Amino acid sequence: MIAKTGAVTLGGLRELGDMVWMAQATLAEVLERLARGRAPFRLEHFFHQCNRVGAGSVPMVVLLSVFIGLTMALLTGYQLRIFGMVMLVPAVVSVSFTREMGPLFTGIVLASRIGAAYTAELGAMTAGGEVDAIEGMGIGARRFLLAPRMLAIFLLTPSLAVVSIVSGILGAAFISHLMLNISYGFFQDQVLTNLLVADVVAGMAKSLVFGTIIGVVSCHKGLSVQGGAAGVGTATTSSVVTAVSAVIVADAFCNIFIITFFP
Amino acid sequence: MSTAPANLVEMKGVRLSLGGKVVLQDVNFTLPAGGVLVVMGLSGCGKSTLLGILLGLLKPDAGAVLFKNEDLTRFGRSKLNLARACMGVVFQNAALISSISVRDNVKLPLEELSQKSPSEIDAVAAQKLTLVDLEEAADKLPAELSGGMQKRAGLARALALDPELVLFDEPSAGLDPINSKLIDDLILRLRDEQKVTSIVVTHEMESAFALATQMVFLHEGKILLQGTPDEFRETSEPIISDFLSAFKATESGKEAHADP
Repeated sequence: MIAKTGAVTLGGLRELGDMVWMAQATLAEVLERLARGRAPFRLEHFFHQCNRVGAGSVPMVVLLSVFIGLTMALLTGYQLRIFGMVMLVPAVVSVSFTREMGPLFTGIVLASRIGAAYTAELGAMTAGGEVDAIEGMGIGARRFLLAPRMLAIFLLTPSLAVVSIVSGILGAAFISHLMLNISYGFFQDQVLTNLLVADVVAGMAKSLVFGTIIGVVSCHKGLSVQGGAAGVGTATTSSVVTAVSAVIVADAFCNIFIITFFP
Repeated sequence: MSTAPANLVEMKGVRLSLGGKVVLQDVNFTLPAGGVLVVMGLSGCGKSTLLGILLGLLKPDAGAVLFKNEDLTRFGRSKLNLARACMGVVFQNAALISSISVRDNVKLPLEELSQKSPSEIDAVAAQKLTLVDLEEAADKLPAELSGGMQKRAGLARALALDPELVLFDEPSAGLDPINSKLIDDLILRLRDEQKVTSIVVTHEMESAFALATQMVFLHEGKILLQGTPDEFRETSEPIISDFLSAFKATESGKEAHADP
């Protein structure tokens, strides 16, 4: 039992080390290329990835965030109504969505949607020898394949988190007006009064962390594929599970850090 | 006045273990510029691994891999990439980038590694595609090509930067005799007309003897014999004799079957 736990822990730590090394090597390749006065990757690749991560994810993020905001407002409102404090719903929903639900939910959606796609694509390229071919030509597979993907998800996660936050608050405002008799004007006033810049900064900072985690995990899993098509399937499943778990764990640590150092 | 190094490639005492298993041990050979070294051996004896080491995709546990008298195993990432740009590789499965056309595959190393203008890149890509007789398939995706055409496209990409050394991993494996001969003829043209140095990993004895200026036979990770094609024909080394006899028997079987 102890040996098994030790082996799993060691395996996890080794994989974490590999991920950090991969991220560092990607950054080094990008910087070396920039130092030589050449573009580190093709802009068209970067914009293509931005389109997939950003515009492609907006419908799903909006749809799910609206319904989560709606449910959150409804359940919170019915509990607060018992204490005659239903007017706190706008503040509770907006602050919790900005600090917690929006970034976390965006992270989970992106880990499932984009992380899986990154792993499957890179995994298929690895299994087909394309990654080795790019590396063998001296092009640098990390900067050519990973850098545009990782940069796109790093930059677009906060943007999608904003979309999620706004959608969630709008969903909450709608149901509050319909079921809790809270007017749109009052809801807006309460949001603007209670939502602080610190809440927005905390949410955005967490989104950047989540974007980095999803990019690194999904790319690493893609490059580690072994065993052809079956290996791609296994790696894709593992990528989603690892990225979602890592985002949730990182969220907890971020909350502890923010509340401890920026109360 | 600078002189070209006598040996373009040299391996000295190379040893490599993967997953606790020794894959290559005490591998030594030299290849002069302009030569063609054919690497033979049974499946799983470490032939493709040898190419991986030459490309710097695998780092040996011990030994030196000299390319133009510089040890690749001591190179950092940046210097290694510069050395790789002087080599061309034709992978066993061609390993073309599946999402872009054949033409874009050939242009890829030129766009990423050369200082050429877009019009020069287009011209070089067209020239390399003509060399391998693939001008008409230039705008197709790799998946739309036959195995032989993919190999030729892989060769055009490998030659895009006019490399000093070309590595071929089973260039005619799985191809019909006509396509196989086409690839062999291209390698011979590179050797005779452009003096390109090549290392060819192959199982095809006919190709091996037609192409080689030097041969190496790998067995269980060690070099069993190194010499000229004539020395290989005359060897009394039982494993190699069996290997060559098995090939001859297969070929005579094929001929008997074709001409009953």
